[in-house]
Amino acid sequence: MNRHQSVEAIRRLVVYCYFNGHKVMCPNMRIDWKSYNPGAFYDELISSPGHARKPGRILAKYLGSLKSEDLQQRKAAAELAIKAMGISFTVYSEAGNIDREWPFDIIPRIITETQWRQTSKGLEQRLRALNCFIHDIYNDQKILKDKVVPAELIAKSANFRKECVGMKPRFDVWAHICGTDLIRDTDGRFYVLEDNLRVPSGVSYMLENRQVTKRVFPELFENYNIQPITEYTAQLFDTLAAISPRPLDYPEVVVLTPGIYNSAYFEHSFLAQQMGAELVEGGDLVVEDDCVYMRTINGLSRVDVIYRRIDDLFLDPEVFHPDSVLGVRGLMRAWLKGNVALANAPGAGVADDKVIYTYVPAMIKYYLGEDPILENVPSYLCIDKKQCKYVLENLDKLVVKPANESGGYGMLMGPQASKKERDEFALKIKANPRNYMAQPLIGLSTAPVLGERGAEPRHIDLRPFILQGKSSYVTPGGLTRVAMVKGSYVVNSSQGGGSKDTWIVSEGES
Amino acid sequence: MLSRVAERVYWLGRYLERAENSARLLNVYSTLLLDLPRGAKIGWHTLVEITGSRADFDEKYQVTDERSVNRFLIADPKNHSSILNSLSMARENARTTREIIPAEAWEQINNLYLFARENVGKAVTRGPRNQFLQEIISYCQQITGLFAGAMSHNSGYNFIRIARSLERADMTTRIVDVGSVALLPSLAGKSASEQVPEPYTNMIWMSVLRSLSAYQMYRQHVLDRVNGEDVVTFLLQDAQFPRSVVHSLHKLESCLQTLPNNEAALQQLAVTRALAIDATIPQLLQKGLLEYIDELQVEIAGIHARITDTWFLPAVSGQQQS
Repeated sequence: MNRHQSVEAIRRLVVYCYFNGHKVMCPNMRIDWKSYNPGAFYDELISSPGHARKPGRILAKYLGSLKSEDLQQRKAAAELAIKAMGISFTVYSEAGNIDREWPFDIIPRIITETQWRQTSKGLEQRLRALNCFIHDIYNDQKILKDKVVPAELIAKSANFRKECVGMKPRFDVWAHICGTDLIRDTDGRFYVLEDNLRVPSGVSYMLENRQVTKRVFPELFENYNIQPITEYTAQLFDTLAAISPRPLDYPEVVVLTPGIYNSAYFEHSFLAQQMGAELVEGGDLVVEDDCVYMRTINGLSRVDVIYRRIDDLFLDPEVFHPDSVLGVRGLMRAWLKGNVALANAPGAGVADDKVIYTYVPAMIKYYLGEDPILENVPSYLCIDKKQCKYVLENLDKLVVKPANESGGYGMLMGPQASKKERDEFALKIKANPRNYMAQPLIGLSTAPVLGERGAEPRHIDLRPFILQGKSSYVTPGGLTRVAMVKGSYVVNSSQGGGSKDTWIVSEGES
Repeated sequence: MLSRVAERVYWLGRYLERAENSARLLNVYSTLLLDLPRGAKIGWHTLVEITGSRADFDEKYQVTDERSVNRFLIADPKNHSSILNSLSMARENARTTREIIPAEAWEQINNLYLFARENVGKAVTRGPRNQFLQEIISYCQQITGLFAGAMSHNSGYNFIRIARSLERADMTTRIVDVGSVALLPSLAGKSASEQVPEPYTNMIWMSVLRSLSAYQMYRQHVLDRVNGEDVVTFLLQDAQFPRSVVHSLHKLESCLQTLPNNEAALQQLAVTRALAIDATIPQLLQKGLLEYIDELQVEIAGIHARITDTWFLPAVSGQQQS
């Protein structure tokens, strides 16, 4: 290597930039797609080193043309915007709760409109079937009588609420807001990983991610035809207003939050603000004569619809946890009398169970008489003796999940776990097989994330949000969550995951 | 409007005003003390007294010097009313009422807090401290402007203004109180030898005015040279100067009138204002000023109590602020 070449080599690794007026060396962030290798995984942007997928070509070319300083600057601009807009989430830790800035990667993820159209239909179909199922379970239980779903599963379900039996909510809809997690396997197809029917969160970050991207890469919006997502909050408001028990032009819709220390408080506040609804805590509400009122500076004022972001068991100390201070005494009475609407309805979680999940394709056929448009990830149920045996013998190849946990807690990542961890987990499964199901480790698709030395592949998933009430709505795209650590599959924000803006773009871009 | 939200925007207003007032006060004292003779009776301890935090201060510091007083009033996490704590509480109250305040105002409050937190270390030495405090003041002014220009003048806005007026009235009485003790030996029971020499009393009264940004307006209004009697009268009773007690109470009244069930609060306001307007300052300066100001402060606290009883949540939440 001659002197010139070695200087060149150093220049490619290191660039100079200015910090407080001093010239300092910075790592080279410049993106060279030829050295970007997603390996065996399906990458959302780059099909093979140096080659971008068709809809991503403009983006890849543009990013490749930016100098390291430009990329640094854009990245810093995004961080600054997130800080200034106060986009944060709270992390529970032993050292107390910390309000953290939302981790965000500036390279957007692109999905084509053609592919999305089909996926969106599949999501909407799925939620329709899930709502039929919940309504059936709390009323006629036909699906159990016809033995499509084993009755034993419901009897042992931690999320079945006997208090809800016989209830008929408006439009027979129980889960008005659903966040369904999709993943892409190495074959590039979307699979459903789970449905979140209790209090799914993340939609505010989806909306804010777009705002940040608009600040960071305004020029890209000229070259792409990107479906806007801002409609969500208006759609949410319409969905909620339509279930009001009083036929008013302007029903009183409120968002019920557990309070400022909840990890999703930012989102509760954001949604209330965007809908022009009051953000209330349990202490703001009171039930009198089986109607719900909020305490205002004018005195008590009637509430029609509650978008509750509190778990079932904390909703009403009269019926559930007697020591809950988050909820409202008498709320269930008011709901059962039909004097207030709750979204999602209490008990909707009965369908958001990772064991019930395996029956969703069967529900779609049973209730709708249609073929499922979206497939489930293949799953093994521990409640079935044969399948349980397979699970116990193959723990090193499987991901085992408890039926009722969320946020990625309480699961076993077989291939990455130690022998000791697997043995301990086997005991838990044997003790309570109903509570566990297992899936093969899916090779989650990757997308480029901007790091200190350019772009590197990281695993991602996608959480679109689906609304159902008088009509249905699916967000164009959703929240793309990123496992920020190399090789990791854990995308949950509570465990260090990040996120990306997600673009649904129409083909034939200029 | 929810009672809980009303309470939070109220405290947002109080903490913002408190941070701004403290910044003004520190700024003025930093320059004033440069001019005073060594051993003057007025000093850094005066600030600890104005803010009513003597007990908290003594618990932690042995000497009442520039360094410790500034650290205590600007950055000390133990001092409930330190500028940094006030801004942190203002931010927390803004963060939890984001759905009703303009997004720009929240962003600005958030920026202000982040700025203060990141630059508080610079406030140790005089030069950068001055810059730091100026920046805090101008941020607060911007935020006040954003509320006025970007928020509907609704109940929420009125609660912010109510809080600001009360905080101002309270701060002005404190400054008058402490200024008088330092300058009027007859009140403090000091002998003639302990009196501040004549040229300096003038200067100190001017500083008292400056700490409330009142010097210029005072000069336009009072033609005589700066003297204790006129200064105290101006700060307590002038109807037009925005930081005088009487003016703050006038403003408070117009805000209270827009709210429902305002009878108790208005009645308490009337009592307080009568007390402020009817006082004969020259007499009080001879005798009884300190007792009078104590009485006034009790009545001002009474307005706060009526507001809390009428519009805020009953104290079941256990979340007390002060």
